[in-house]
Amino acid sequence: MSNLKQINSVVVRFAGDSGDGMQLTGDRFTSDSAVLGNDLSTLPNFPAEIRAPQGTLPGVSSFQVHFADHSVLTPGDAPDVLVAMNPAALKANLGDLPRGSTIIVNTDEFTKRNLSKVGYTDNPLDDDSLDAWQVHPVPLTSITVEALADFDLGRKDKERAKNMFALGLLSWMYTRTLDGTRAFLATKFADQPDILEANLAALRAGHAYGETTEAFSVQYAVAPAPMEAGTYRNITGNVALAYGLTTAAHRAKLPLVLGSYPITPASDLLHNLSRLKHFGVTTIQAEDEIAAIGTALGASFGGSIGVTTTSGPGLALKSETIGLGVSLELPLVIIDVQRGGPSTGLPTKTEQADLLQAMFGRNGESPVAVIAANSPSDCFDAAVEAVQIATTYRTPVILLSDGYLANGSQPWRLPTDIDHLPSVSVEFATEPNATDAKGNPTFHPYVRDEQTLARPWAVPGTPGLEHRVGGIEKADGTGDISYDPANHDHMVRTRQAKIDGITVPDIEVDDPSDDAKLLVLGWGSTYGPIAAGARLARATGAKVARAHLRNLAPLPANLGDVLRRYERVVLPEMNLGQLALLLRGKYLVDIQSHTAVRGLPFTGAEIAAVIGEHLDVLEGSPS
Amino acid sequence: MTSSIDLGMPGASGVAGVPLLADGEKQTKRDFTSDQEVRWCPGCGDYIILNAVQSFLPELGLRRENIVFISGIGCSSRFPYYLDTYGMHSIHGRAPAIATGLATSRPDLSVWVVTGDGDALSIGGNHLIHALRRNVNLKILLFNNKIYGLTKGQYSPTSDIGAITKSTPLGSVDQPFNPVSLALGAEATFVARTMDSDRKHLTDVLRAAAQHRGTALVEIYQNCPIFNDGAFDVLKDADEGEGRILRLGDGEPVRSGEGEQARVVIRNADGNLELAPEATADPARVLRHDTSADDPSTAFALSRLDGAAMTSVPMGIFRNVQRPTYDDGVRAQVAAASPNGPASDDELLQMLHGKDTWTVAG
Repeated sequence: MSNLKQINSVVVRFAGDSGDGMQLTGDRFTSDSAVLGNDLSTLPNFPAEIRAPQGTLPGVSSFQVHFADHSVLTPGDAPDVLVAMNPAALKANLGDLPRGSTIIVNTDEFTKRNLSKVGYTDNPLDDDSLDAWQVHPVPLTSITVEALADFDLGRKDKERAKNMFALGLLSWMYTRTLDGTRAFLATKFADQPDILEANLAALRAGHAYGETTEAFSVQYAVAPAPMEAGTYRNITGNVALAYGLTTAAHRAKLPLVLGSYPITPASDLLHNLSRLKHFGVTTIQAEDEIAAIGTALGASFGGSIGVTTTSGPGLALKSETIGLGVSLELPLVIIDVQRGGPSTGLPTKTEQADLLQAMFGRNGESPVAVIAANSPSDCFDAAVEAVQIATTYRTPVILLSDGYLANGSQPWRLPTDIDHLPSVSVEFATEPNATDAKGNPTFHPYVRDEQTLARPWAVPGTPGLEHRVGGIEKADGTGDISYDPANHDHMVRTRQAKIDGITVPDIEVDDPSDDAKLLVLGWGSTYGPIAAGARLARATGAKVARAHLRNLAPLPANLGDVLRRYERVVLPEMNLGQLALLLRGKYLVDIQSHTAVRGLPFTGAEIAAVIGEHLDVLEGSPS
Repeated sequence: MTSSIDLGMPGASGVAGVPLLADGEKQTKRDFTSDQEVRWCPGCGDYIILNAVQSFLPELGLRRENIVFISGIGCSSRFPYYLDTYGMHSIHGRAPAIATGLATSRPDLSVWVVTGDGDALSIGGNHLIHALRRNVNLKILLFNNKIYGLTKGQYSPTSDIGAITKSTPLGSVDQPFNPVSLALGAEATFVARTMDSDRKHLTDVLRAAAQHRGTALVEIYQNCPIFNDGAFDVLKDADEGEGRILRLGDGEPVRSGEGEQARVVIRNADGNLELAPEATADPARVLRHDTSADDPSTAFALSRLDGAAMTSVPMGIFRNVQRPTYDDGVRAQVAAASPNGPASDDELLQMLHGKDTWTVAG
């Protein structure tokens, strides 16, 4: 009979070889926790190589999930439990493990050969090097194989089910039900009944192992988190982006055309959207990044919502076409799922270092709207907003996500009916808007809407509105080629004014103390870590205000006032201070940059420490 | 507007699905002439091509607003400004990609690409071969003058070895592309060559290209009077031109010249093509051109008869075969996914919900 302990939150990290199925295991554990009503956040972390040599440090793949009975802002600073499927997984992750935390190791993999592959001269399970942790040695592979003794499967297939054994064990430890995973496996292995039964048996065996083994005498329960009433699902940033784009197109009653070229970590957008054809979504896998955005722009010219999805190196290749989009003044959505750079950089790791590329990475004065999603579920709203801005202002919009948001997940409260989704309305030009020299009605493609400065979207097939657009400077109004100096100056300023005039909401400040002198400002995916850091700091009595930017071009109108209101502003970014550079230049505020480019998100504790340091400076204590 | 149309492939026309003029409506060259001042150099071959296209378009009987010309960068790429249709003057080399997006999303448009040898074969080579491979329903007019004109006289990917240009003062050492060979190698379904000065031939080729469903590549020899004047004079020469041009007529022997000078293409015992005096050629070996041959190797072999000396230049349609087009295929999949028309709001909400949800009570 086990002992049930109630706890508030847990961080579990599953780590193993790339082929061990850790992403799937983590994903299932997450879903089962979500269904129990815990709030949660996840962080998958995997190598760029598909299968690095087995058992080596570069081949370690991990999945961390943080679930709690209260609102969760990050995937957790450090694991409470590490499941290490081999010596490499132990070695690669031990440094992140606080002393006293739990390690479940698969002892079967701790062979001489595997130990030496990662530089262990002695087996850490046999000496005292792990004494600071609670280690549960479990021969995961051999028990799994034993549990499947009656199955007519090869040893390899039986061994492969060990991740389900581990999931079963963890599910027992944290009182998760197995129902969701059972249903999932039934669908996944519908055509392979043997494999299905083996996986189910391994899952059951893991659960039973927890129940019957004395070593695991304690079970933990994490109560549901108080969340707004409603129906929820777990969602990753990449799925949320695909759904947001599709929803926006559905609301606008226009076809969505995605032109894309495979690139990590954005390829899932192409995969997800290619499965949504029944919503009028067309996907074109182009020959390269340039063609990808070209097809999107061509579709926009034809009256579709043209979208292209990429990551940093792809954005670099698309620059010239984005510039053409600026000149043509057509709607175009460019999604950059940022990853570590420069060049190929860290394809599977996160970073925020494409901001300046998004803002300025084109020739000439080439302003576009830039927005950044701040959480996996926020990717949905950000995608809708990108389409709204693009179609309203007839402009390219760059939406910045990143590797952390793309693959990380969190619960998302689902809209109950269509009216809870934002509307997107688009009107095409249908009538001539000018008269020619002879007094006949004609169409001038660059006559602007007074409010938005947008030019009309006149799509081919509309009689009487035949016109030509192009990258050569156009005379305002008529759209004729113009090399006139005054016209160029006017057009450059008008294109900038159009972007500057985009309506964006004011930035809101979160300051429970109401008299904080320190503001922590962030943008994009640092939202969770910064909020978690502020929460930690406030718990120790610190007074700190917090604000987060969604719109980066244009910036909210009240941003300058907000920044000047505080004695000190600190801006954490996963780059070397790109937004800080911009804001210092624009507002002449002495913003303090806190930067890290490790390929991983900030932790809440790190941000709390940064807050502490800056408060010390404000209070005059030595920092 | 973008509803899918059953095109009854194969065999559909390149303009199937594009709205026609109403009965009694007529268009003339004037209707296709924009109010923009044409700014090519005096004597440029582009004028003749523009004239031919403006005169030919009314013949298609399509609604003018459903015709779109997309170009890249270069002298030829100014073309769309002078046509009173929808048009886009885009960026260097990318017109085929942009046109692919437009043609795929809009089956009701007749989409034309205007490009040059530098635009299509150098900076845009990748997009060109992939458009041809996909067989998107596009008509690509490649103006080949064997020189960079707009940047004032550098050698291009079709310039001959030894060509003295601004960037090759000692002569080019760069192996040129033969655009027809390249297109055939990229599995193009329609490949033709014509010349700016031969208005009738040019128009005949344009007509066939327009009717072809899929990517049609038309190479047009075009004279640049400023930087490469007279590049094709030997073909235009009243005396010897006809002796250098091999006329490609479907089902006809491939031949050039008249009388004693007449030559025909024969297939040798080793399978290679060769030119032989018509008078003495073995009739059993005389090649009869077959544009619809499934195997492109004979068309390719014909394209290789040409060379820098231009002593035997095939002119006409090398290949014209039916193959499912990319855009029809993409639209068919989208249409098949939603047999009952656009998805409803409920279907959208269902999609957002997915499979695993949980409910928090209020």
